[in-house]
Amino acid sequence: MQTFQKMQALTNRAKAVDRKPMTFLERIYLWNILKGMLITFSHIFKKKPTIRFPEQTRTFSPVFRGLHVLNRDEEGRERCTACGLCAVACPAEAITMEAAERLPGEENLYREEKYAARYEINMLRCIFCGLCEEACPKDAIYLSETFTPTNFTRESFIYGKDNLLIPNPKTEAADLAKAKGM
Amino acid sequence: MSEQQLFKVTIDNITIDVPAGTTILNAARQIGGEVAPPAMCYYSKLEGSGGKCRTCLVEVSKGSEKDPRPMPKLVASCRTTVMDGMEVKNITSPKVIDARAGVVEFLLLNHPLDCPICDQAGECHLQDLSYEHGKEGTRYEFQRRTFHKVDLGDKIQLHMTRCIMCFRCVFVADQLTEKREHGILDRGDHAQIATFIQKNLQNEFIGNVIDVCPVGALTDKTFRFKNRVWFTKPVNAHRTCENPKCCGEVQLWMRGDEVFRVTARKDEWGEVGQASNGKTGWICNVCRFDKKHIKDWVIEGPTKVNRHSVIAQGHYVGVIKPQETLPEVLHGRQPKLVMDIHDVSEVNKPNIDLSLLERPAHSTDFK
Repeated sequence: MQTFQKMQALTNRAKAVDRKPMTFLERIYLWNILKGMLITFSHIFKKKPTIRFPEQTRTFSPVFRGLHVLNRDEEGRERCTACGLCAVACPAEAITMEAAERLPGEENLYREEKYAARYEINMLRCIFCGLCEEACPKDAIYLSETFTPTNFTRESFIYGKDNLLIPNPKTEAADLAKAKGM
Repeated sequence: MSEQQLFKVTIDNITIDVPAGTTILNAARQIGGEVAPPAMCYYSKLEGSGGKCRTCLVEVSKGSEKDPRPMPKLVASCRTTVMDGMEVKNITSPKVIDARAGVVEFLLLNHPLDCPICDQAGECHLQDLSYEHGKEGTRYEFQRRTFHKVDLGDKIQLHMTRCIMCFRCVFVADQLTEKREHGILDRGDHAQIATFIQKNLQNEFIGNVIDVCPVGALTDKTFRFKNRVWFTKPVNAHRTCENPKCCGEVQLWMRGDEVFRVTARKDEWGEVGQASNGKTGWICNVCRFDKKHIKDWVIEGPTKVNRHSVIAQGHYVGVIKPQETLPEVLHGRQPKLVMDIHDVSEVNKPNIDLSLLERPAHSTDFK
C-alpha cells in the first residue's frame, strides 16, 4: 500500500480526488446548469462539422481505402492470376478464390495462363486494411474510393467477380469513365 | 582398414568428427542449421548428383593438418571431401556470401519471375535461395530464353523455361526406373531437359522427378493450378501399395476432405526422406496420381512444418476453441445459423471436387 502511494505519476495532469462536502452554492446546482447550457447554446453559432450525407459528399483523402476493384489491363484482360497472395495477406481471411487454366482462345480475356475463375471477398469479414492491395504482384486488386453499399441481407455482401471487376476499357468504355467519375 | 577413420573438420568454428570420404556439405548438414550450405543440384539420395549449380560454394581456409595451406578458390562443398583438420568457412566468409549472391544471379538469368503462376511457389528452393542469399536486382539485359510447355505423359508437365539444369530428374530416371527416356539435349545456353522426340515418360516411378525438381520445371498436372501450396494442409499418410518397390508412405496435401496432391515425404533439406523400411521413400505413380480419395489412405497426422515456412500459415496449431456458451444460455437451443456461406459463395462448393479432375480446371468446369 505504501509503495502504491509513493508511485510516481505518469503525467502532470493527475489530480487528487476532492472529497470535501459540497458547499451551499454547489448543492443548489444552479450555477452548474447555467455553465452547461452556455456550452450547449454556444454551439448554435459555431460552424457545423456534419454534412447532409447522401446529397453532399466529402472529398476523400488520397489514401482512403474503400471498396475493392479487380483491375483489367489496357486491352481489357483480367490481371488477376489467382496467386493467392492477397488471400494469404488478408488478416480477416475474407478473400477466397479458385484458379483455372486459360484455354486457347481465351487470350483476350485473361492476361496470363492462369486466372481466377472465381474470386470472392466477404465484405462482412473485410476490415479494409489494404494489405491485399499491397500484396498483389500483378496490380490486380485495388481499394477504390467508394463505400460498401449498405444492405439488409448478409448474402449481398459476398462480392464475386461480377461485382469486383472494373468495366472493360475496350467494350464498356462509357461505363468505365462513369465509374471513374469523369 | 576395418576401423573407420574419423576426420576432424571445423566448419564455421564448429568442430565435428566425420568418417573419411564425407563431403563438406554432408559434414555441415550433420551440424545442421545455418552452417549447412544451400544446394540446388546435390541430392543425397541420388548417386552422382551435385557439382553443377555452385550454390554450395565454401571457403577452405586450411586444407588439412598435414598441408595447412588454404585452397586457392572457393570449392563446391558437395563434391569436396573433408581432410583431417580441415577448416571451412561458410557463412563466416564474406567471399562465400558474395559468391553465392553471384551464383543466385546466374541461376536467375533465365528463370522467369512467374512465381504468382508457378505451382512450386511456396516450396521452391530457388525462391528460398534467392530470398536468403540473392541480391535484389539483376544486371542481365538480354531476352530470357523461353520454351514451349511440354507434356511428359499425361500427368507430368515440363516447363523448360523455369529449369535451372540441376540434372536431378535425369538421375532419378537413371537410378529409379529401368528405362530412361529423357535427358539433356543440346549444350551450353541451348541445353534443355527433353525427351528426344515428343515421348511420354512411361514408368511407374517417373513421378518422383516432380519431387526432386528444385524449381517448378516439372510439376504435377493433376495438381496444376488447383490450389496454392500454402492453402493446403500437409498430412502424413500411408497405404499398402501393391508395388513392392514403393513404400506407400506419403504426404497428402489436403483442403477439407479433398486430397489435392500426393507427394513423397521430405526431410529438413527438402529431399525425399527415409521410409520406415530403411529405404528412400520414393513413391510410385499409382500412389501419386491415382489415389485422390481420402478413403484410399490411412492418415497418421499432420506433417510438422517449420513455422517460418509459408506453408505453416493459417495452420492454427494448439488453438483452444472456446466452449460454445449459447446453448447453455438458451436452455439447450442451438444458435440460429444466420447464413450458410455455401448458399451464397461460389468458391469451394461442397458438391464439386476440383481435386478429382486429372487436369487443371478450365472455364468449362465453372459453368
